[in-house]
Amino acid sequence: MESIRQIFEQLFGYEWGGMLYTLATNITFISAIIVPLLLGVAYLTFAERKIIAYMQIRVGPNRVTFFGIPWLRGWGQPIADAVKALMKEIVIPTGANKFLFILAPILTIMPALAAWAVVPFSAELVLADINAGLLYILAMTSMGVYGVIIAGWASNSKYAFLGAMRSAAQVVSYELAMGFALVCVLMMSQSLNLGDIVNGQQGDSLLSWYLIPLFPMFLVYFISGVAETNRAPFDVAEGESEIVAGFHVDYSGMAFTVFFLAEYANMILVATLTAILFLGGWLPPLDIAPLNMIPGFIWLLLKIAFLLFFFLWFRATFPRYRYDQIMRLGWKVFIPITIIWIVVLGGIMQLPETVRGDFPLNLWF
Amino acid sequence: MLENYFPILLFLIVGFVVGAGCMIGGWLLAPNRPDKEKLSAYECGFEAFEDARMKFDVRYYLVAILFILFDLEIAFLFPWAIVLDEIGLFGFVAMMVFLGILVVGFIYEWARGALEWD
Repeated sequence: MESIRQIFEQLFGYEWGGMLYTLATNITFISAIIVPLLLGVAYLTFAERKIIAYMQIRVGPNRVTFFGIPWLRGWGQPIADAVKALMKEIVIPTGANKFLFILAPILTIMPALAAWAVVPFSAELVLADINAGLLYILAMTSMGVYGVIIAGWASNSKYAFLGAMRSAAQVVSYELAMGFALVCVLMMSQSLNLGDIVNGQQGDSLLSWYLIPLFPMFLVYFISGVAETNRAPFDVAEGESEIVAGFHVDYSGMAFTVFFLAEYANMILVATLTAILFLGGWLPPLDIAPLNMIPGFIWLLLKIAFLLFFFLWFRATFPRYRYDQIMRLGWKVFIPITIIWIVVLGGIMQLPETVRGDFPLNLWF
Repeated sequence: MLENYFPILLFLIVGFVVGAGCMIGGWLLAPNRPDKEKLSAYECGFEAFEDARMKFDVRYYLVAILFILFDLEIAFLFPWAIVLDEIGLFGFVAMMVFLGILVVGFIYEWARGALEWD
């Protein structure tokens, strides 16, 4: 790092050297996040097809290889899909608003990627260690709905318009439940910084994770996350049997792929946030010798993979919700539960230390 | 403090570039042979009857209004949750009064059927 800085200083002088150094290092870190993320997205689509295939007792994609290496059968599939999507024509319908039609996919993927700026991958591995981290994430995940609404409106197609209205109403409804669940996490952690939230869960074992005291909030947050990313069983916005594909019915080629990338990047983001907020982020499940030797990064990845598996499992298991059932679950079940839990948790925190005893655990035992 | 936000600004720009780059890549590499039928809106094979800029159900509007109210409530809850240990019982009771007033509004809208979809 220092030698790179010296080279820049010699080339461009001190002032410019410093600025270029910051710029270059930040761009390097950002690429170090985005490139694995996009690869993860590509292979998540592969994992989805494989896992759902095995759940349905078939094998899934197993033909495309890398350079004909036989034991990599199927692993070339996401790459082949990407190349195919790149070669497909982008059709812009006559009635569409061209500018917004092209802008919408970009507006969808921009916040889905930018939210990763504040995610801590381990105790010291974080790009922007800001104090309002959670608020920033909440803002970015809300931004995603703009892309959906703009896409649905700009297409000038009835199905797309209906899909966009549905999707927008659903996303904002579940965002309330998510916000209230986050308030409970904040009451425990007393900080908006994601790193501090994970450090607040430090202890001897997984009993000190917020999963234990906030178990109903964990369920609300994760299910709302599934609903907010428009995944099955909450995928009425796409509803291929009624409104064909929802807001992106008129999109094709790379424009469609960008929506697809954003949806899967959002899935990984929701899984990561659930792992950080409730499952102790980079902390090992037991603070004993062989487990705490493993780097925190690995633990976080394992937890993300575990939660992503649930997304795929849900899709293979549940039939789609009806729209009125989705809205009832969001407004009449999740919001009352979260409000009651805020009151209960706040009340317990007001009890004197001697009465409430071993705080997080005494909620259940 | 504020310089911590510089990587975020950069990240937003890079995110935009990734999205725009994908679109431009598709535009450069893909064929572009439009015709009248291909460019018509997809309505399961039928001709479109009318423009899609149509009326929509007022309940979507109602949900959006309720979202704004409750999102404001969350905006008030966030700072309260962070300093709950310092403000003690008084702060807790004050927020419970605020929550109580909003819950009355929530019960009213529930009873009026604003949350019903059929």
